[in-house]
Amino acid sequence: MNEDLIPMLLTGFGETLYMVVLSTVAAVLLGLPLGVLVVISSTGHVMESPRLNRVLGVVINITRSFPFIIMIVLLLPLSRFLVGTTLGATAAAVPLSIAAAPFLARIIENSLKEVDRGKVEAALAMGATPLQIVRKVLIPEALSSLVLGLTLAVITITGFTATAGAIGAGGLGSLAIRYGYMRYREDVMFATVLILVVFVQGVQWSGDKLARRINRNQHRLG
Amino acid sequence: MEVSSLAIFFVSARSHGGQVITIDSLNKQYHTPRGTYHALRDVTLQVEKGDIFGIIGLSGAGKSTLIRCLNRLEEPDSGSIVIDGREITGLATHELREARKKIGMIFQHFNLLDSRTVQGNVAFPLELAGWPRKEIAQRVAEILDLVGLSDKAGSYPAQLSGGQKQRVGIARALANHPEVLLSDEATSALDPQTTRSILELLADINRKLGLTIVLITHEMSVIRQICGKVAVLDRGEIVESGPVDAVFSAPSSATMRLFLEHSTLLQGSGAGI
Ligand SMILES: Nc1ncnc2c1ncn2[C@@H]1O[C@H](COP(=O)(O)OP(=O)(O)OP(=O)(O)O)[C@@H](O)[C@H]1O
Ligand SMILES: [Mg+2]
Repeated sequence: MNEDLIPMLLTGFGETLYMVVLSTVAAVLLGLPLGVLVVISSTGHVMESPRLNRVLGVVINITRSFPFIIMIVLLLPLSRFLVGTTLGATAAAVPLSIAAAPFLARIIENSLKEVDRGKVEAALAMGATPLQIVRKVLIPEALSSLVLGLTLAVITITGFTATAGAIGAGGLGSLAIRYGYMRYREDVMFATVLILVVFVQGVQWSGDKLARRINRNQHRLG
Repeated sequence: MEVSSLAIFFVSARSHGGQVITIDSLNKQYHTPRGTYHALRDVTLQVEKGDIFGIIGLSGAGKSTLIRCLNRLEEPDSGSIVIDGREITGLATHELREARKKIGMIFQHFNLLDSRTVQGNVAFPLELAGWPRKEIAQRVAEILDLVGLSDKAGSYPAQLSGGQKQRVGIARALANHPEVLLSDEATSALDPQTTRSILELLADINRKLGLTIVLITHEMSVIRQICGKVAVLDRGEIVESGPVDAVFSAPSSATMRLFLEHSTLLQGSGAGI
């Protein structure tokens, strides 16, 4: 094992972490309103609008059907425009978050849809506005399920960063490809995969724990 | 107390306030792929201030549809509803929201927020109505005391029994000083004993606060226990209405006779309340 390995892995992991955090935040900013709008514009909901609902559904499905690698290529101009370059972790966050947003929107939609209509109805009967219903009923009532969905999104984005690494985003994925694949450095390959496995486990474990904690008082045990 | 004297007591004690709810020729149709269903036909009713008004009918008669039209959770097709001098049927969305803050509602399945404590649930309508935080805390304590749940303020709904949950529902509905309370089968998910205690609470609140209550039910015992007046709904139409004692002693509709027969049978076998 080379002594250059440790700092290399540390830098790589740092870049991956940075990409994951930045992309997740951006994906939530895009995906949360999208998911919320899909739910409240559905039939019988607080902002019923079949037209809007259909349009959003189509937009989400189209963006979700692009293979991620194609998405990166298509969004190169946008990365250049927003970040000034198409290389590096920040530039990669552009396609990462845009690819993850519709995925996250669907996850959020599924969580919010699970909230009992009776609760929404009770809030309506008390004179709540649609925005108050989103903020005070839908999101708090679905919180533990939303946390699990977000956990899933973080893990999916982590997988995407490896793909982005293949075309110049940096991070562990790029290390694995540049050293492990192109220069037959099996130690690098092994170490990157190991770090990713541990990271993904850690994310899942924390997500589960947080969701359970939120849920603790809300369901009768046993 | 005997049925008839109880009813007379309620009618005589409460018929001085004038109408608080006036429903005039209300119609509601549901359009489904399989055709149009006329859920309410020319429903006309008056509810007097301070009364406990029961609406009884078989399953599918349109009871929920009717009570949900009162705060427009369901949009009526035609007809008018006036509550406390305000024409509910003519209100724009934002006016309707304001009006709803003064119309309390309780539900068969309670519809509490599981993510909030008892306290938080009762505070909810006050937050919506823009009460200052300090006054919310004060009011919540006051109202929890009224429904006998002060010791459960910090509990979550999942930690409560059905009866306790409905008490929270009632506290929540009363928090913002409503003019009327609507009850959609509020005791149907509860056992007879708990039902009785919830009905006692409603009667108590009606007495203490002079609050008008409209309740729907498919149980005669509920009408018998607390209502002053009753209307019988059958396939979307009011087939009979009047003071409970009058309707009970001389029913004019087949539906009411059926209900009475059934409830006497139950009483005879000891299953009635
Ligand atoms: N959203 C709807 N779409 C179509 N039909 C409906 C809808 N809601 C109610 N109905 C129909 O209208 C009729 C009246 O329903 P409603 O819920 O008011 O009855 P109910 O008297 O409350 O009955 P229950 O005692 O079973 O609650 C029923 O035949 C029902 O099938
Ligand atoms: Mg019903």
